[in-house]
Amino acid sequence: MNINATLLGELIAFIFFVWFCMKFVWPPIIGAIEERQQKIADGLAASERGEKDLELAQVKATDQLKEAKAQAADIIEQAKKRGSAIVDEETQRGHSEREKIIAQGFSEIEAERNRTKEELRKQVAALAVAGAEKILEREIDAAAQSDIVAKLVAEL
Amino acid sequence: MADTGGEQTISSYIQHHLTNATVGEGFWTFHIDTLAWSIVLGFVFILSFRSVAKKATTGVPGKWQAFVEIVVDFVNDTVKSTYHGKSELIAPLALTIFVWVLLMNLMDLIPVDFLPWFAGQIGYYGFGVDPHDVYMKVVPTTDVNMTFALSIGVFILMIFYSIKIKGVGGFLKELYAHPFNTPWLYWFNFLLEVVALFAKPLSLSLRLFGNLYAGELIFILIAGTMGLWQLPIHFIWAAFHLLIIPLQAFIFMMLTIVYLSLASEEH
Repeated sequence: MNINATLLGELIAFIFFVWFCMKFVWPPIIGAIEERQQKIADGLAASERGEKDLELAQVKATDQLKEAKAQAADIIEQAKKRGSAIVDEETQRGHSEREKIIAQGFSEIEAERNRTKEELRKQVAALAVAGAEKILEREIDAAAQSDIVAKLVAEL
Repeated sequence: MADTGGEQTISSYIQHHLTNATVGEGFWTFHIDTLAWSIVLGFVFILSFRSVAKKATTGVPGKWQAFVEIVVDFVNDTVKSTYHGKSELIAPLALTIFVWVLLMNLMDLIPVDFLPWFAGQIGYYGFGVDPHDVYMKVVPTTDVNMTFALSIGVFILMIFYSIKIKGVGGFLKELYAHPFNTPWLYWFNFLLEVVALFAKPLSLSLRLFGNLYAGELIFILIAGTMGLWQLPIHFIWAAFHLLIIPLQAFIFMMLTIVYLSLASEEH
């Protein structure tokens, strides 16, 4: 345990190593570490931002989906209403058409019947006249007895 | 070992292990083993760390870079939590001290006879010297010259920072006006503060030296006296010493930072 010139040698070595470390070892390593820390911090911030964006987008998408659903429901509702309206209208129209056709039929039948009645009446009158002529065996002056004939026809 | 003269043999064995290989006379003696091992280990430190520094990537680091970064980050955190000033020097200084002292302390775990025996063989076959005359003390931190060199370097920086930040007047004022701020006790303050000032590097170096010297001595004692029993005992002591090695390196680094932060803070 004696102090000697070794101390000076070690002191010089110590100073050299510290100097070398300060100049060529420490700055690049700590620089790399700090830069990487910065990078990681940036990355984390970016991912957080991305997460927030995603959340926002999800909310927006949900809203839009809801809106779209509501719209679709609206449209379907409208279409249904419109469909039933059309059906109603058509039914209405069909009914009125049918009634019209039936009424027409009835009136045609009525007209036919009246015509036939008239015809029959005329024929019956002619027959009556012919019968009366036979009965009287003389000619009836149609013109003179027309009032009688007319009365007969009316009675039929 | 034979019973007759066993004491003598053990003490000479221990003596042999505790003697440095020297060159020169008087004050100009160089402990070449201390110098060689410490400088080799210092280069191991700066070159291995430099290899990372040269191709440090900010992307995904390799395994060695990751390890180096853990060490650097650990030192950086320690410095940042203790030293609040702005300095380009403190952190690299702390890193150098920590890794260098750690590497030198780790030499303690190499079996005590291994490197000295190897050196003896080289001396015998290479230079024709009696192996017993070849000395080799492999743990540089068991040499006071090594630990004092470190603490004196730190001491010089303490003075430098004190004067740089507080000025010569401020530095001197701290020495004479500190505990008792009355003019007729200035001489007493000065005495106290100078002792305190010099006690710092002294305790710093002697703590490291004492711990490692004692550890090394116990390894040598175990190797010299226990016969076959030394195998488990060595293992137990090495396992215990494994705690002391990084602890002493850390304490040296931590106290360096603390002393320098004290030196650069205004009171």
